Amino acid sequence: MSTVELAITAASRERVGFLPSLAARAKDVVVMTRRNLVHILREPMQLSDVTVQPVLFTVLFVYVFGSGMSLPGGASYTAFVLPGLLTMNLVTSSMGTGVGLAQDLSNGMVERFRTLPMWRASVLVGRTVADLLSAAVCSAVVAVVGLAVGWRPGHALLSVLAGFGVALLFSYALAWATACIGLLAKEPESAMSVGFVVIFPLAFVSNALVPTLHMPSWLRVIADWNPVSSVTASVRDLFGNPNPLPLHGSWPVEHPLGAALIWSVALIAVAAPFASFLFRRRTTD
Amino acid sequence: MATHPVIEAEGLVKRYGGVQALAGLDVTVEKGTVLSLLGPNGAGKTTAVRVLTTRTVPDCGSARVAGYDVVAHPAQVRRKIGVTAQDVTMDGLLTGVQNLQMIGELSGLSRRDAARRARELLERFDLSEAGGRVAKGYSGGMRRRLDLAASLVASPPVLFLDEPTTGLDPTSRAEVWGVVEDLVAQGVTVLLTTQYLDEADRLAKRVVVVDHGKAIAEGTPAELKRSVGGARLHVTLSAHASRETVVPALAPYVTGDPLLSEGGRQISAPVNGERGLATLVVRALDAAGLLVDDVEVRQPSLDDVFFALTGQPVGEETGEEVAA
Repeated sequence: MSTVELAITAASRERVGFLPSLAARAKDVVVMTRRNLVHILREPMQLSDVTVQPVLFTVLFVYVFGSGMSLPGGASYTAFVLPGLLTMNLVTSSMGTGVGLAQDLSNGMVERFRTLPMWRASVLVGRTVADLLSAAVCSAVVAVVGLAVGWRPGHALLSVLAGFGVALLFSYALAWATACIGLLAKEPESAMSVGFVVIFPLAFVSNALVPTLHMPSWLRVIADWNPVSSVTASVRDLFGNPNPLPLHGSWPVEHPLGAALIWSVALIAVAAPFASFLFRRRTTD
Repeated sequence: MATHPVIEAEGLVKRYGGVQALAGLDVTVEKGTVLSLLGPNGAGKTTAVRVLTTRTVPDCGSARVAGYDVVAHPAQVRRKIGVTAQDVTMDGLLTGVQNLQMIGELSGLSRRDAARRARELLERFDLSEAGGRVAKGYSGGMRRRLDLAASLVASPPVLFLDEPTTGLDPTSRAEVWGVVEDLVAQGVTVLLTTQYLDEADRLAKRVVVVDHGKAIAEGTPAELKRSVGGARLHVTLSAHASRETVVPALAPYVTGDPLLSEGGRQISAPVNGERGLATLVVRALDAAGLLVDDVEVRQPSLDDVFFALTGQPVGEETGEEVAA
């Protein structure tokens, strides 16, 4: 064993000022984001959420559903469904945030974090930022597979990018919501099962895979007000893909982009502080 | 010597549901010394460490670490402490290097300093080779060493070690002891909890014996041993001897009635522990015509101390272990 100075007086660890500065908090978020990215790369389940699943969903829905689906006005099902598959993939993979946080709380790592002079909430922010980056990868996979099976955006690049932006903003908001589920759950497994119960109806009772036109009217009301429908519809509009509308649309159907943005911002405004509150409560005794 | 307490706790009380984890614990640790909290499982040692490391707020009482109140200024306290918890707290999906580097950065080191420090510590703890592998695959001893290294990343002036050698093999224990002695030599203040009396005896300047959330005795290891009485003489004779022969021969050297067993082959008696005692005893027995196989003057161990104080040996459960 070499002799290493174990107890040097560490001037470098004194942070500027008494309260951790914004820069120190940003650094903590970067460190925690990097940690979670390593997790995603090392956990086959999490990695497949953003790689295998989007490929599988896209191919399955385009070829299986697409073979028997005729849209009003004879629009292409591939062009219709791809924006829906984008939101659906992002919605289902958003559950990873909640499950990951529940796992963090179930092992001793958070105990260690609590003894460090770090910004406590960076555990949450770092997690959601890492998941946003993996959601971006997921979106790219959907787009590439979409192009391979014949999907073409009808609008210019900037508008298409805006479409991805709207979808990713919503997935970021939803990540905060599943974070709350993860922080409320006692075990990672229960976070997973509660998540499915919430996420699956959210993803499917929407206009993502079929137009809401022919749904029974009670179901159509739910589907039309579902934020996933607003997000999908605005992505379709921004991509320049077909977006069949009911004759008498409700407000979110008439204003999909506004509704998508309001839903996303409102969800972050409610879920992020609530998640921070839950995290503080879980890590205080 | 001027007192300069780095850790001061007064009247700490903490209840978890129906379990009284701490019932008015006082602890003071002087700068650059080791204080050991000694006690069985469930005595409240871990809860005391959790309060002092800002992870738990006490119901009553107050504590200061490195000059900062643990309740009012937890962030300042966290900049001064290193903690090795009882359960290993490593990220199993990160490598050894990544774990230490992450903890360094979260402690305020730059990325480069954290990386340099991680490499130094891995070398110091014989983990250089394993440093590139994920921590999930480490053996128990390797994980403990990594955990200890993690608590030293930011070179903290105050160190809390909660049962740092539980479950370690003798070699690894000796290594950990060596590290603690090095740190203290460099001026680090250490609070160490343990169930092992030899560990407290070896490392601690002062020992606080904890039971049911309270200090039931405090002092240097030597003081505590003295408090249960002096040394004892143990003699094994080659052949049986009668009480009438043994007692007069030993009378000048013992402070109480000798105890004879195995038909008078084994003798045990309280003594003063003066210099040359064993020689004097052997001469006296020889003069009485007795052959001596073995003679030992044994100082009381901390085991004896704990038994005398609580009426039960260390290591026996005295209550529910408080996990939270």
